[in-house]
Amino acid sequence: MNAGRAGGRRARIGIASYLQVAPLTAVFALFLVVPILTLIVVSFFDYDSVQVIPAFVLTNYHDVLSSETTWRTYLSTFRFALVVWAITLLIGFWVAYYLAFFVRSKTLQTLLFLLCTIPFWTSNIIRMISWVPFLGRNGLLNRALLGMGLIHQPLEFLLFSDFAVVLVFVHLLTLFMVTPIFNTMMRIDRRLIEAATDAGARFWQVLFNVIIPLSKPGIAIGSIFVVTLVMGDFITVRLMSGGQSASVGLMIQSEISLLQYPAAAANAVVLLAVVLLMVGAILRVVDIRKEL
Amino acid sequence: MGGGVARVVLGSFFVLFVLFLYGPTLTILVLSFQGPDGGLTFPMNGVSLHWFANLFETQAVGDFGGALSRSLMLAGMVMLTTVVVSVAAGMGFRRRFAGSGALFTLTVASLIVPSILVSLGIGLLFTLMGWDTAWYSSAFGAQLTWTLPFGVLIMFAVFNRFDRSWEEAARDQGATAWQSFRHVVLPIIAPSVIGIALFGFTLSYDEFARTLLTAGSDNTLPLEIFGMTTNITTPVLYALGTVTTLLSFTVIGLALAGVALLRRRRLGSPAG
Repeated sequence: MNAGRAGGRRARIGIASYLQVAPLTAVFALFLVVPILTLIVVSFFDYDSVQVIPAFVLTNYHDVLSSETTWRTYLSTFRFALVVWAITLLIGFWVAYYLAFFVRSKTLQTLLFLLCTIPFWTSNIIRMISWVPFLGRNGLLNRALLGMGLIHQPLEFLLFSDFAVVLVFVHLLTLFMVTPIFNTMMRIDRRLIEAATDAGARFWQVLFNVIIPLSKPGIAIGSIFVVTLVMGDFITVRLMSGGQSASVGLMIQSEISLLQYPAAAANAVVLLAVVLLMVGAILRVVDIRKEL
Repeated sequence: MGGGVARVVLGSFFVLFVLFLYGPTLTILVLSFQGPDGGLTFPMNGVSLHWFANLFETQAVGDFGGALSRSLMLAGMVMLTTVVVSVAAGMGFRRRFAGSGALFTLTVASLIVPSILVSLGIGLLFTLMGWDTAWYSSAFGAQLTWTLPFGVLIMFAVFNRFDRSWEEAARDQGATAWQSFRHVVLPIIAPSVIGIALFGFTLSYDEFARTLLTAGSDNTLPLEIFGMTTNITTPVLYALGTVTTLLSFTVIGLALAGVALLRRRRLGSPAG
């Protein structure tokens, strides 16, 4: 094949690549990049009780950053993120560990993993609602505890409380930890573990010196998912706290329902910055590029 | 590795985790068969299909039928688009091109950006432009920003392990680019393509946050359910939960059966 034809072919292939990614680029441009830019533009707009006024003012940011409510809400959201992250990591790690190292048969491993992922493909809102008959004042849990004589009055804090919010977050998000951690664990060379054991390392030593360091990329990816999903959430907090807890997403949503779009936009831009900083911090600690 | 004690402890922990995942859903499955006088919690006050019948009476619970058919149509549109766009992009990403890094970053960013921002941004954009938001335009786009990253990342994983020599062999035999894709690449990646379709369909069918401010005047099913949580206090809510969960399970089951069928056919064929 002569050089000219090969060159022509390479150029065609180059163009083919661009054509193949063009639809993806178009969707992201139209429905992600332009909307975020719109948010940023609108966050500088002015507004009164009736309408949004195109302008360039900093009052929205000033309002967001100087309000005590904002800081309290961020604090409450960070608290949710931290608690949920810690619990999902703990549960997710051990579930992944069991699947990766204790289930020998490949078929059983796939089946059990699938069993964990199936709920992910069903409705989150339904999964939230399904806790109501469980946690309510006359719910299953209170009845069981009363029946066993462990308590004498129904526990009130189970439903519509911070407890319920955290519980449902853990219920919905643990899978986002299990999957990436399981993935990295499956790639750990088993001979490393054997070598460590042969050299006299005990269970915990193998865990802390071999498995955890090698599982870090998976832990990081899971953490990014959990932290960003909790930080941006509004529906879980609203449904499960019965309107008693605050979150940044909920604050933005209530501004939207009051039609205070510039204020909501400024709040959203601040939230985006905070989330990107958190993701950046996680990526600084762990290099996940090898995973992709 | 690990002693017998660790195996028992972790095994029980895993069982508890699975119960934790499925328990609540099973509870509402049972409670959706409450008798006509039954309440939102146990005990069961008789067994009936009353609440399922209730679901389909339009006046009783808003526009369930309309919301369901819109959600199914939207999920079908999102599924097809996600499959085509992800597979095409996956093929494109196999070569480095100017901007490939940026496009990849954008793909990951699309997963990380909080949903309410996407929802609000698209809503504001449409308002400023004077366009009407609707489930088939703005909500469709909003949901794609959620389903496409999953699809593209799956394609990445697939093509990272893809043996190029099959394709080169096809080319050497004189196959055109389309022929080698249609007869060599596509059959090999088919199970993953079904996986992407499953992601596309179910993530769209259950999507809430990104649809909230972009669906316009006609609700999708999750929006309808969310509305019901605030004003419906009968087991009809559970009946709805049971119906949508069964629908999701049907889709998951079909997808898994499809993958199993493809695997078997590939193992059975002499070329496989």
